[in-house]
Amino acid sequence: MPESRAKRPTSPHLQIYKWPVTMGTSILHRITGVGLGVGTLVLAWWLVAASMGPDAYAVFETTAFHWFGRIVLFGFTLALVYHALNGVRHLAWDFGYGFKVATANMTGLLTYGATVIVTLVIWIAAYASMGAF
Amino acid sequence: MTIQTPLGRVRGLGSAKSGVEHFWHQRLTAAALVPLTLWFVWIVARYAGAPHVDVVAALGHPINAALMLLFVVAGLYHMALGLRVVVEDYITAKGSKLALLFFVNFAAFAIAMVCVVAVLRIAIRF
Repeated sequence: MPESRAKRPTSPHLQIYKWPVTMGTSILHRITGVGLGVGTLVLAWWLVAASMGPDAYAVFETTAFHWFGRIVLFGFTLALVYHALNGVRHLAWDFGYGFKVATANMTGLLTYGATVIVTLVIWIAAYASMGAF
Repeated sequence: MTIQTPLGRVRGLGSAKSGVEHFWHQRLTAAALVPLTLWFVWIVARYAGAPHVDVVAALGHPINAALMLLFVVAGLYHMALGLRVVVEDYITAKGSKLALLFFVNFAAFAIAMVCVVAVLRIAIRF
């Protein structure tokens, strides 16, 4: 094999491959969607526990407010916010807007940023409603 | 050889035997879920850690109960439609695909039904 060919990287080569923004947003949309499907079980548990009375609700609260439960719930919040925001992006595409590569990249990065900010705002609001501040 | 015009074939839904229902319902539920998710996030943030009496009083209010029912039904239908695509994309073996599609749809209906009964129970009891 000639020298020049041997050193040429094959693509997609994971160590040097530059992921397009839109590829990341698309994959994340699907992963968060599947994750939220699992999250519906927590929603069902919350509603059922509330419908059964204070004792069942206390069991739910103990689990949900455990530090591990909080991490899981924070993850579900991130997933829900991301999937909702990126979903709006998809709806805009369905109407034919935002297809230019530069625009799609920009809205993708905006979605990432907005997801983090909105999620933090929700959690700060939730802690505030619990009288944490 | 067919004497049907292209338009006639499209109207007959073509060889796929179905039209754009899946695509359309996915978008309908998505559009519905945008405001419903805003409401859902608000109610969860507002009542996280609240005493049981306050939670059921809020969820039992007719407007909130109706919104929660809409959120649950639209959300789980949206989930069933979305997971169908995921299964169809990655699972090629006919048997496994069929089994997973059964599972996805059964799970969606079961979870939705449990949530609906719970919300109605809250609305009636509290």
